[in-house]
Amino acid sequence: MNLEFSPEEVAFRKEVRQFIADNYPRDFIGDGARDDLSREQFLAWHKILGEKGWSVPSWPVEYGGTGWTPTQKYIWSEENARADTIMPLPFGVSMVGPVIYTFGNDEQKARHLPGIRSGDVWWCQGYSEPGAGSDLASLKTTAVRDGDHYIVNGQKTWTTLAQHADWGFFLVRTDPDAAKPQEGISFLLIDMNSPGIEVKPIITIDGGHEVNETWLTDVRVPVENLIGEENKGWTYAKFLLAHERSGIAGVARSKRGVEKLKEIASTELLDGEPLIRDEDFSRKVSQLEIDLSALEFTELRTLAGEAQGKGPGPESSILKVKGTEIQQRLTELTMEAVGNYAAPYFRGFPQAGSNEYPIGPDYAHAAAPTYFNMRKTSIYGGSNEIQRNIISKMILGL
Amino acid sequence: MDFNFSEEQTMIRDSLARLIREKYDFDTRRGVVNSDAGWRPEMWAQFAELGLLMAPFSEEDGGLGGGAVDAMVVMEEFGKGLVVEPYVPCVVCAGGALKHAGSEAQKQEYLSAIMSGEKVFAFAYAEPRGRYDLADLETTATKSGAGYTLNGHKAVVIGAPWASHLLVSARTAGSRREPNGISLFIVDKSASGVVTRDYPTVDGRRASEVHFENVSVPAEAVVGEVDGALPLIERVADEATAALCAEACGTMGVAHKMTVEYSQQRKQFGTPIGKFQVLQHRMVDMFMEHEQSISMTYMATLKLDEPETERKKAVSAAKVRIGQAGRFVGQEAIQIHGGMGMTEELAVGHYFKRMTMIDHEFGNVDHHLKRYTALSAEELPAAAE
Ligand SMILES: Cc1cc2nc3c(=O)[nH]c(=O)nc-3n(C[C@H](O)[C@H](O)[C@H](O)COP(=O)(O)OP(=O)(O)OC[C@H]3O[C@@H](n4cnc5c(N)ncnc54)[C@H](O)[C@@H]3O)c2cc1C
Repeated sequence: MNLEFSPEEVAFRKEVRQFIADNYPRDFIGDGARDDLSREQFLAWHKILGEKGWSVPSWPVEYGGTGWTPTQKYIWSEENARADTIMPLPFGVSMVGPVIYTFGNDEQKARHLPGIRSGDVWWCQGYSEPGAGSDLASLKTTAVRDGDHYIVNGQKTWTTLAQHADWGFFLVRTDPDAAKPQEGISFLLIDMNSPGIEVKPIITIDGGHEVNETWLTDVRVPVENLIGEENKGWTYAKFLLAHERSGIAGVARSKRGVEKLKEIASTELLDGEPLIRDEDFSRKVSQLEIDLSALEFTELRTLAGEAQGKGPGPESSILKVKGTEIQQRLTELTMEAVGNYAAPYFRGFPQAGSNEYPIGPDYAHAAAPTYFNMRKTSIYGGSNEIQRNIISKMILGL
Repeated sequence: MDFNFSEEQTMIRDSLARLIREKYDFDTRRGVVNSDAGWRPEMWAQFAELGLLMAPFSEEDGGLGGGAVDAMVVMEEFGKGLVVEPYVPCVVCAGGALKHAGSEAQKQEYLSAIMSGEKVFAFAYAEPRGRYDLADLETTATKSGAGYTLNGHKAVVIGAPWASHLLVSARTAGSRREPNGISLFIVDKSASGVVTRDYPTVDGRRASEVHFENVSVPAEAVVGEVDGALPLIERVADEATAALCAEACGTMGVAHKMTVEYSQQRKQFGTPIGKFQVLQHRMVDMFMEHEQSISMTYMATLKLDEPETERKKAVSAAKVRIGQAGRFVGQEAIQIHGGMGMTEELAVGHYFKRMTMIDHEFGNVDHHLKRYTALSAEELPAAAE
């Protein structure tokens, strides 16, 4: 056991830091709210990384991965968090990509992997339905074979950023008579420009347009877009969910968040002194840091296990639960730190950025909406109740 | 001991509940919140007609002879309906300051106009660098001739865009954060030198940054004692805090009820999610938090006229408990609604947001826990030498 970085790793960090400093298109992307970004802003860094060959570090080298060690990947995400970069979205890179190179055929790999790497193709995830959330296997969207096409009908919901998507990966029911609901499901790749697809915005409590309803009416999907075998989609979906969870801890981002929180609390005053000097407040920040450190070392242990060939197992549920609790706490403390200026609401506010009197400090503007928005993290990606059910069943055997 | 409401209070509650049901349903509220004005002056007029604006004032002052309990009744109903109109700043704060310390002339001119709904006040007490400290003031009022000249900046003044008048705390003497040297002024919002920047708030109301640039006010604009207004401000802020606690109780109750109902309708794994024991216990905890909040609100409201220390401790205790309860109830309401709880379309998220912001008004949990602790420490027997 050893916590030191090797000289090679230190050099790697330097290289990465320099690369980000030289290439991150900050002028173009800005520091605005994440879900207010345009498609081009979202993809800008992804495309640069694609050219560099760094957009899919975790993939096997033969498909464009970097072959980095877990420590290098850790350094990579830390450096990106440090620079507040808008990273490639997970839907292509961490979700459908691994499914395609693991279960897809050669044609599918050749057709889809390059676009995911380069950032030219935007993917969305079509799993959840109005009636199938936590109980995903009860999904009702149907795909009926008609010659060399499937005809897909149904409604998906909560489809993140589908308004920008070129392609989606969908779970659909191909065998309504299967003995168990999980057995009749298939994994389909669908061109989001197909006739019969309609994407309608859902506005969230922070005012953002991040999720959508996706309606599918007689959508014709070529049979070659089926991944793996018909009716085996649940297996691929479960594989993917484990991948989704391992990235969800968000340690590096939370560390950066704590730094920002401390900066804010050093500027804000309580009884004329910096808020961070207040014992009650600083204790809360310390508690958060301690929790984050526990999470970090739990993640490092998981990563080390993965490096020795143990795939992400049910332990990744720990990372999901603790990671999201910390993210939520962080945004809550940030909102608390800004005090009265948590109240003003700026989204779509026509006068924002004008030369009039400013309304509170800049860092205050997103504090409350971000806190509201982050309530999602204990709901999506398998809710925290469902994660606890998994741990209880799979690890404790209850 | 008697926790019953009087006939008048019951009448106020019932007629207000009906008005909200009929004219303040969630869709209507959404329309109002998104409108240019952000409120309905005609609704304010209806509140006046129902007697809500005069309910907490004595008959000598032209009111209905009620008090803080009446304001509590009103605010709990407002909480249930997520009413955005500025009852706390206008009636509880400005009305309260005039009731306690206004001159006869001021009551004639302003209190009766508050009660009739003709004049609307906002309470400009917070400053950009003062957080929740009512004495941390950089706004100054300097003597000039017979009157005063105001300069400074007030932060997040709730309801100011709708106000005709402002009740403003400012320093007439002493240094920043000193308890002495604070005075309270009535300022006509249209007075020259009052510059406002209006904006919406995250919980559907409106507020302003208010800047005073050499604003002249006459000596008659002073409410209460020159240099000695802090006790009055604290008292009014405590009354406002108790009213906010009542609002939070209304808000919490609705959020809890919505969650229980949703859990009975929403099915996953072939069963209503309300059948999962982990969620049942969570909803039971929400229920207990709500009940405790109601108890604390009664306690604080009934102690508003007690001696200063007792009043302050009671109000701080209530605000701490309600801040914690509101956080728990709000977060769990969203969680148990799943993705639906995250949507702007469903009302529950708006209840969550209001509960969140109530914690930020007139001092959050930490602020009041500190105040309570400090007051308790003063009561301890002196350590034996
Ligand atoms: C912002 C956001 C983005 C999303 N993005 C996507 C996306 O891109 N693609 C996609 O397919 N989906 C997406 N989702 C959907 C997400 O995966 C679901 O919201 C999630 O699975 C929960 O389902 P639900 O919302 O229907 O809640 P429900 O399943 O109805 O759950 C409601 C409550 O019941 C609890 N519950 C349910 N079952 C149990 C049980 N057995 N034991 C104890 N408690 C239980 C839940 O934990 C929750 O608290 C997104 C959701 C959000 C909020």
